Amino acid sequence: MTSPLLDVQHLTVLFEGARATVTAVDDVSFQLAAGETLGLVGESGSGKSVTAFSILRLVPPPGRIAGGRVLFEGRDLLALPERDMRQIRGAAISLIFQEPMTALNPVMRVGDQIAEALTVHGQATREQAWVRAVELLDAVHIPDARRCVRDYPHQLSGGMRQRVMIAIALACQPALVIADEPTTALDVTIQAQVLELLRELRARYNLALLLITHDFGVIAEMADRVAVMYRGAIVEEGPVRQILRSPAHEYTRALLAAVPGMGRR
Amino acid sequence: MSTPLLEVRRLVKHFVRKHGVWQPPSLVKAVDDVSFAIEEGEMFGLVGESGSGKSTTGRCILRLIEPTSGEVLFRGENVLAFSRPRMRQARRDMQIVFQDPYSSLNPRMRAGDIVEEPLVIHRLGTRAERRARVAELFELVGLDGAHLSRYPHEFSGGQRQRIGIARALALHPALIVADEPVSALDVSIQAQVVRLMLDLKERLRLTYLFIAHDLRLVEHICNRVAVMYLGRIVEMGDARALFAEPRHPYTRALLSAVPVLDPDAPRQRVPLDHTSFDPAAPLRQVDAAHWAAV
Repeated sequence: MTSPLLDVQHLTVLFEGARATVTAVDDVSFQLAAGETLGLVGESGSGKSVTAFSILRLVPPPGRIAGGRVLFEGRDLLALPERDMRQIRGAAISLIFQEPMTALNPVMRVGDQIAEALTVHGQATREQAWVRAVELLDAVHIPDARRCVRDYPHQLSGGMRQRVMIAIALACQPALVIADEPTTALDVTIQAQVLELLRELRARYNLALLLITHDFGVIAEMADRVAVMYRGAIVEEGPVRQILRSPAHEYTRALLAAVPGMGRR
Repeated sequence: MSTPLLEVRRLVKHFVRKHGVWQPPSLVKAVDDVSFAIEEGEMFGLVGESGSGKSTTGRCILRLIEPTSGEVLFRGENVLAFSRPRMRQARRDMQIVFQDPYSSLNPRMRAGDIVEEPLVIHRLGTRAERRARVAELFELVGLDGAHLSRYPHEFSGGQRQRIGIARALALHPALIVADEPVSALDVSIQAQVVRLMLDLKERLRLTYLFIAHDLRLVEHICNRVAVMYLGRIVEMGDARALFAEPRHPYTRALLSAVPVLDPDAPRQRVPLDHTSFDPAAPLRQVDAAHWAAV
C-alpha cells in the first residue's frame, strides 16, 4: 500500500489555563488518501476545528500541540521550521473557512486577494496572478469573472463570497483542502450549489478534502469516510454508509437521532 | 367557524434603501402582500431563505417593526390600530423568542432578572410574587433554580435559549413568535430545545409562529407551513401535503436542495427556473388544505 497523503498520528492539543488544562484534542489519529474526502463530525467544542487547525499549526494560544505527528506527503509538519511551514499553508494545504465575510479582507479587491495567494508563494508575478484570478473565478462558476475581480467582498452575496474563498483556496493547486463548516452560514439552495462545486473541483483536481461539519446531511452528500469526534477524541470512524446505517458508538447514534426527520426521506 | 387566534391580512413592509448621495433611493419590498391565519394551538411554520421576508413578517406582527400597510388581527382585533398603552397590553399575549441567545440577552443582567423584567415592566405582583414566578418559570423550562443569579455568559447556548423562552413565557402569552429559535444551536441541543417548545405548547396551550430556514425541522414539528420567497408566500398548506407534493417551482427547488442522509439516495436537484412561474401570481387552492401561487 502506498503511504497516505495525510497521516495524523496521536495528535494531542492542550489549552493551558491558569487554573486548569483542557485536552482539546486527545490522541487523535486518522489518515486521508489523495482524492479522498474524510468528514470530521462533532458538535461545538468537540475538538474538530482545533484538530484541523493543528494540521497547519494554526492553533491559537493558549492552545499548544503537546504531542503526535502530522505526516503530509511523508514529512512531519509538526517538526518543520516555520519558514517551510509557510510554504505549505495556503499552497499544498489550503483552508476554507465558515464565514466568508470575516475571512475575506473587506478593503481589498477580490482579484487582489486571489493574486496575493499566488504571489506570496512565488507562484506568479502580479500580472500573471491577476490573469489567473480571472481563470479561478471562472472555475468556481462566478458569472462575469472579469468584473468580479474588481469587486470588494461586500458587493458579493454570501454564496459568491464562499466561491471566492474556494478560488483562493485553489489558487496554488493544493493537494489537500481543509473545509471548516464551508456551507453552515449559507442558505440551503446556495449550500447545494457550493457542495456541487466542491464535488466538481474535487474530481477535476483530485483533491483530498477534510470536511469539518456538524451536519450529517452534508456528510452523506460529500464524504467517503467519516470520523465522529466527541470531547476531543475520535469515538467512531468508518465508511460513510456504515456510519449512517449502523452506527456503533452510542454518541454517534444520539447525534444521528437528533437530526430531524432522520430516515423519513 | 371560530375566529383564528392570529390573522394577517395583506401585510406589506417596504424599506427605503439609500445608495449614496448621488443615487436615488430604491424601495425594497421586504414583505409584499402576505396573508395567513393561525388557529389556536397550531404550530405554524414560516419558512424561507435569508431575505425572503419571514423575520420581517414576524416582527411586523408584534409591531417591533411598523408595517407599511395591512392588518394583523389578534383574536379578531387589529393590533396595528392599537394605541401605545393598548399595544403594551396586547404584548402580554404575544411574545417573541429570538434566534441568537448570545446577543438577545443583556450580558449585564442576571438570568433571574432577565426573566423577571417583563413582570416588572408590566407592574405585576409584589417582589416576592415575581420571584416565585421566576423560580416557577426556571423549573418549567428545565433550568436549575440555583443558577438564578448567574450571568448569561455562564450558560451554554441551549440554556440561554431556555432563559429566552422563560422570559417570553413570563406573562402567560397565547402566541409565541419563535424567530429561528434553534438555528444557532448544535443539533443535539436543537432537539432538546424543540422538545421543550413542543412540551410547553401542550402544557400551556400555546400557539406558535415558528420562523425557520431548516425545512427538515419544520416538516418534523409544524402542522401547517407557509413558504416565503422574495417577500411573498408562494405556497401554504398542511405540512404533510406540502412536503409530499410541493406545487410551486420555488418550493420544489428548496426541498430538493436539502441534503439527504442516505448516501445512495438519488440526487435530483431541481434548479430554480425563474421563467417557470409568475412572481406576482396570487395563491390559489390546489388541494383540500393546500394553496400555491401557480
